[in-house]
Amino acid sequence: MRNKILYLLGTAAILILARNIYVISGLPGEEDQGAIFKIIFFHVPLAITALTCGTVACAASILFLVKKDFRYDALAVSVTEVGLAFLAGNLLTGSIWARIIWGVWWAWDVRLTSALVCWILYASYLMIRRAIEEPTQRATLAAVVSIFAFIDVPIVILSIRLFRTQHPGPVFFSSTGSFPHDWSMIMLWNLIAMFMLGAVFTMIRLGQEEAHREIEALRREAHAF
Amino acid sequence: MGFARQVLVVTAKDLRAEIRTKEAINASAAFALVILLLFSFAFDLDPDTNREIASGLLWLVFAFAGTLLLNRSFARELPNDCLDALVAAPVPASALFLGKSLANYVLLFAIEMLSLVVFGIFYNVRWTAQFAELMLVLALGTWALTIMGTIFSALTVNIRLREVMLPILIYPFLVPALMGAIQLTLGLMQGKPIGPENVSWLPMLIGFDVIYTAISMVLVETVLVG
Repeated sequence: MRNKILYLLGTAAILILARNIYVISGLPGEEDQGAIFKIIFFHVPLAITALTCGTVACAASILFLVKKDFRYDALAVSVTEVGLAFLAGNLLTGSIWARIIWGVWWAWDVRLTSALVCWILYASYLMIRRAIEEPTQRATLAAVVSIFAFIDVPIVILSIRLFRTQHPGPVFFSSTGSFPHDWSMIMLWNLIAMFMLGAVFTMIRLGQEEAHREIEALRREAHAF
Repeated sequence: MGFARQVLVVTAKDLRAEIRTKEAINASAAFALVILLLFSFAFDLDPDTNREIASGLLWLVFAFAGTLLLNRSFARELPNDCLDALVAAPVPASALFLGKSLANYVLLFAIEMLSLVVFGIFYNVRWTAQFAELMLVLALGTWALTIMGTIFSALTVNIRLREVMLPILIYPFLVPALMGAIQLTLGLMQGKPIGPENVSWLPMLIGFDVIYTAISMVLVETVLVG
């Protein structure tokens, strides 16, 4: 049953993405930027999906600390890994765009720096998991790190905002933005597809985590004999 | 015993143990001096550049020397199972944590003052021009370093590669605090008081201190006991 939902969701996400890529490729180039502006249709949804993953990871971590149920720990680690992948995609697409428009791969600008710091924060969450063997201790300490990281995200964004920015302002669904409504709708559809993809990846990782825990339990049982 | 007294007992215990062995503070102070020496090779030294790089350089020294000191905070309790005894003692984990943080704070502050004096002499920078404001920034920034270092010291005490994990974990978390402290110290080192161009970092630094002190005190029980 679960696998069927997985396949269904995955196929739907790929279909939506394929249709969107077709539509986006048919759009005219932007006046100043040419064709490269189209990367934004993927850049923004990737960031939003990554942020959602961070939120889910924090919620799952708190739930683990309250209920001590390892399913929440598995969810936290799965969703964090998926979020890191999406954030990496966001950084990558941003970097490609910056190389063409700004002429550099990287600028120490507000959003770039915050995104990078967030990426490193969550990477350190995965590192500490690697360093701890005992499952209960690993889950507890990792959950604490995840909560700390989630609190740090707004502080990082706020503090780096005090520097000047050269990142373009929001263009979707905003009164000052320059994107027509149906372009914003394409972005929204991309966002939905990314959310679905994120859910599929998370569920696959969740299944792996559960299988891993089962193997560990069997191994301990074998050791006991 | 009231909460404040419990905190002070832990602080006094930690300071007494450190003053008798001097293991962490010696290593940390020596490390701070070595980095200060190395930086003199890394940059072309003239008085103007010195004043410009002073704030970033000093906070990096504090952060590096700090992790060395903070690493020992909980690791010191591992021999003879002292940590288990401390956790089992009729003291809440938050009092234990706050007590240890205060002890680390005193030690780190001492090392920072020593680094400042040495820095002033070797790099020919007059850092006393805005003494009161510099002390305020130093107090706030050091508390951010200490609180993060102490909670992560508790978190990493029982894991493999403890010495490596602590810096990897705390530096990304400290980015906002270090950035604020560096921005505030930048002007002070050039003899200018905190002005409208960087005053907004002050509430940011205070907010960082308050938020992480509160969240650490809530979560430390989970970290130590599980």
